[in-house]
Amino acid sequence: MLKLLRNARFRNWAAQALFLAAVVGVIVFFALTASANMRAQGITAGFGFLFQSTGWDINFSLLPYTPNDPYWKVLVIGMVNTLFLGSISLILATMVGMVVAAARTARNPMLNAIGTIYVDTFRNVPILLQVFFWYAVYTRLPPPRQAYSIFDTVFLSARGLFIPALDVSAIAAVGASLAVIVGLGAALWIAHARRFARKEPSLRRAGWLAVLALSFAVALVILFVGRGEEGAVISVPALKGLNFRGGIAIPPEFAALATSIMIYGGTYIAEVLRAGFLAVSRGQVEAATALGLRPWEVFSRIRLPLAIRMVLPTLINQYVWLLKATTLGIAVGFTDYFMVVAVSITQSGHTIELIALLIAGFLIVNYSLSTILNRINKAVAIKGLSTS
Amino acid sequence: MTDLADRVPLAQQPPKPGSGRVFFGSPVNSAVSVTCLLLIGYVFWHVLDWGVMNAVWTDAGGPEACHASSGACWAIINARWRLILFGLYPFDEHWRSGLACVVVVLTAILSCLPVFWQTVRLATLWVCGFAIFYILMRGGMLGLASVPEEKWGGLSLTVFIFASGVLVGMPVAIGLALLRRSTLPVISRTTGAFIDAVRSLPLVSILFTAAVIFPFVLPPGFQGEKLYRVIVGFALFFAVYQAEIIRGGIQSIPVGQDEAAKALGLSYWQRVRMIILPQAFRYALPPTINQIVTTFKETSLVVIVGFFEIMASGNAAYGTGEWTFAYVEVYAFIAMIYFAFVFTLSRYGAYLERVMRVGQQ
Repeated sequence: MLKLLRNARFRNWAAQALFLAAVVGVIVFFALTASANMRAQGITAGFGFLFQSTGWDINFSLLPYTPNDPYWKVLVIGMVNTLFLGSISLILATMVGMVVAAARTARNPMLNAIGTIYVDTFRNVPILLQVFFWYAVYTRLPPPRQAYSIFDTVFLSARGLFIPALDVSAIAAVGASLAVIVGLGAALWIAHARRFARKEPSLRRAGWLAVLALSFAVALVILFVGRGEEGAVISVPALKGLNFRGGIAIPPEFAALATSIMIYGGTYIAEVLRAGFLAVSRGQVEAATALGLRPWEVFSRIRLPLAIRMVLPTLINQYVWLLKATTLGIAVGFTDYFMVVAVSITQSGHTIELIALLIAGFLIVNYSLSTILNRINKAVAIKGLSTS
Repeated sequence: MTDLADRVPLAQQPPKPGSGRVFFGSPVNSAVSVTCLLLIGYVFWHVLDWGVMNAVWTDAGGPEACHASSGACWAIINARWRLILFGLYPFDEHWRSGLACVVVVLTAILSCLPVFWQTVRLATLWVCGFAIFYILMRGGMLGLASVPEEKWGGLSLTVFIFASGVLVGMPVAIGLALLRRSTLPVISRTTGAFIDAVRSLPLVSILFTAAVIFPFVLPPGFQGEKLYRVIVGFALFFAVYQAEIIRGGIQSIPVGQDEAAKALGLSYWQRVRMIILPQAFRYALPPTINQIVTTFKETSLVVIVGFFEIMASGNAAYGTGEWTFAYVEVYAFIAMIYFAFVFTLSRYGAYLERVMRVGQQ
């Protein structure tokens, strides 16, 4: 026996078997207790409840929704909301971060000071506090009747931000977007592909301009054909009674979350990008200046592309982390994926299934985001320079 | 040999820092400087005007005095600071909550001193600090009135959840990092999958699981107070991130160190205790401080699972009746408290990083 224990190979096998047994044991124990608890509450385990109707309403949805819709649909809507909020706030945060990073690495000390004050102020205050603050600000705007307006088309009131929207059928919207995307892709291809490298530059420019114009024309026709019942392609919000009708309403919850993630996330992205700007060797910038590039060209053609490539791996982690900040929606009542799952748990009692869906949802989103960005990173990484 | 700098016309040389030309080197630069200066001046003047000069400082006049003034209404802080700092804690016992908070902060400051950087001393310090905190807060002994955990609130609750989360999480993190570094594939893969899964979840969902789901999967009698379940969830969250930081620290140790220790005949645990962990922590110190700073800010999320910590008590302070207009002041007050903690911690982290770098050269 003692001899067996001294045998390293046996010991390794035994340790792994014990470890695995312990992990499986804990999981089985949890599952058994949970199923006993569920039986005590009279709930049958399984995913069948996903097809029952929910019976409760949600306050923000990009897709049509009624309380009669089943659970799976409300979960899909939550996921779409999370992705929508996430993509908008990440884009805004990146723009803020770029500006602040440029300011902090500029030669002018006053610009540096502004950037530093910005980062130090907003980075050191929890994002939840900022969400609460902006929510308080947005819900205390004047009521719809005294709303701030820009040319009577965009309205800002305590009910949210109202902007004009396309009033077209869903198929027309998808078709028009497809036409524009295809046109943009074709134009980019004509402008950059090797295939047309021998053609005259003027001919090439005429080619991609024509493709782009054609795609926009097709999109406009599609939109016109699929226009809404009131006969207008664009619906402008207008005051009807106590609230606005028409257009797209951006509720204060969404605006508060997007603003906070933009400001707070902007500080983190700015710090990452600043490290990138500082890592761009001075020789590159000096060479560009010597070639006669203007300061803006040096920034947009040399410093920014090089800096972004250097810090892309760090930036990916930052994005994945910021995307998780959308779950703060539950603090102000924005129906993101997490809040929808939380409400479903209290309403239906299917705790274990819904938690599994929650974990699966976030795993899939985070994993696909980091996979896509890592692909981009690999494609654009500076050859021969290891950055990861 | 002529210096290249002498041949370049003066106007094209990069400006030297400290000279006036960094501000006014070219027309564009001058315009930027002036605009920035005006912007900073404008914001600073308005904040000063609002927050100091026109502000109402005492609550003698009540909310009406604030309505009459265009400045900040610090009167609400004057009127409600006890609610913001102590939450629902019984009014007559507020001194205990305040003292407990000071004890934890003092313990944290003491553990920043290099004198205490030994496992035994650090452990003794924190066990004593926590014991004093618990006796003060919970009461029921030494003639102190008993205060159940549901009544805890405000700043001391924030500090308690943060400190205990980090202290429970740190040993777990070391364990997870070592398991993930294990040469046995089953153990390292399982731990890796667990760490990555928890890391991809938002903290809110982990806290929610701890508060709502744990009682569901645990037999009755083992469920414990909600506060301690949430601390366990919080510690777990800290542990998975910290485990990756420690793993990074272990990986930056030159391989020769471990091999030399093996050659000397040290056992696994001796190597871990005397060779690997001390060096790993040295390498991992800057990101660890960073992680602790982030964790402190994220402590505020416990408000979502229904704790009356400083953020929730702030919401309550302006949420009722006559003070509803004064939300900016309340949030500014809480933001300043957080800023004081977080900024000090991150400065300390930057200082440590500098000191360590000197040591390595």
